[in-house]
Amino acid sequence: MKPPKFDYVSAETLDEALATLRAEGEGARIIAGGQSLLPMLNMRLARPAVLVDIMRIAALAETTKQNGTLRIGAGVRQATLQAHPNLHPLLAAALPWVGHAQTRSRGTLCGSVAHADPSAEIPLVLLALQGDILLRSARRTRRVAAADFFIGMMQTARQEDELIEAICLPQPRPGEGYAFREVGRRHGDFAIVACAAVAHEAGVRLAIGGVADHPAARDLPADSAHWPEALDAFAHALPARDDLHATAEYRRQLVRKLGHQVMQEAAACRA
Amino acid sequence: MPRLSAAQRHTIRFTLNGQPVQGEAEPRLLLTDFLRHVLGATGTHVGCEHGVCGACTVQIDGSPARACLTLAVQVEGSDIRTVEALAPAPGRLSILQEAFRRHHALQCGFCTAGILMSLDAFLRAQPDADEAALRDLLSGHLCRCTGYAPIIAAALDAAARLRETAHA
Repeated sequence: MKPPKFDYVSAETLDEALATLRAEGEGARIIAGGQSLLPMLNMRLARPAVLVDIMRIAALAETTKQNGTLRIGAGVRQATLQAHPNLHPLLAAALPWVGHAQTRSRGTLCGSVAHADPSAEIPLVLLALQGDILLRSARRTRRVAAADFFIGMMQTARQEDELIEAICLPQPRPGEGYAFREVGRRHGDFAIVACAAVAHEAGVRLAIGGVADHPAARDLPADSAHWPEALDAFAHALPARDDLHATAEYRRQLVRKLGHQVMQEAAACRA
Repeated sequence: MPRLSAAQRHTIRFTLNGQPVQGEAEPRLLLTDFLRHVLGATGTHVGCEHGVCGACTVQIDGSPARACLTLAVQVEGSDIRTVEALAPAPGRLSILQEAFRRHHALQCGFCTAGILMSLDAFLRAQPDADEAALRDLLSGHLCRCTGYAPIIAAALDAAARLRETAHA
């Protein structure tokens, strides 16, 4: 299992990376940590003409706080952010579930968002927190809400000439509680079902990964008496599928049970 | 940086186990194959080649990472450590390696180089690591011989001895 042939550009500046994307169109792929792309290359599921490495662009390696949001640049590795002081509690709860220590040392948050695996934790957290994705091309810069970004199995709203410059997460708000749980065969495996919940005064926002072909979120009522019915409706609304790891029925049952636990946990830790 | 052509080999330079090294690589060459075939450093093993088994784990700039999920061109200028760096002298084993031997923490040994590189980096960063933390770290490695129990025992033993050495 070796990657197919490709040219390689280690971009020194963002403009250089964007110019290559514009010139090459769909033939170009951005590589950051490479922890999702290299398996795709090794298995020859991806055959780019050119890889554009963005990890030497210093401006992309920054994490900044501005106007109540945390902005995480495309070059920020998962392990680096894990060590960040005052990390958002939901992200802090989910990051240990992203791959293994040996992949988080290289993998980036934005890379996971770009790859958009349906069971991935970082896209789920971004959707639960109603974060944004900052897309940039040589033509324009635009901001897309997570709810509009993930559109299918490893499919996103990113255009061929765009790269993810950063993701933005709102900072924790007073009165909110957060919880994350997932079920997989082993720790570090892809989640069979992953749940992230944000509890606030008016209700609980629950995001589910691993069931449909992209993560999905719903706003559920604050009164826990209504949760079983609401969770059952949510579980049936998701196009669950059978695969090697679990049946659709098992996945729906996990949405009901794990979803309930996560909502309870989030509501209990409301600050 | 100029565009590196897929059809040509390009000079890659980095530090391997404290020594500057260089070799020629196409952009698509994995770090595993660069280490083994270009540099002749065969201590790093190649297992699944898609990042699951952990046999190829090396340290890149001090952190454990999959060499099979890394291109040789990506580590230009980096500091790489492999299992060849662990023994303090020919014929002697490191504290961690010695613990593996004492606890029979390997049988076929195929996964061992990768596990040692993960544990070496981890115990340096977290000398007080408990069993839960070590099990979490080892979830990034597959061993089909031992059942992991002797590996955990060796890691805990090595951690205790490394703490003693540090205090001595």
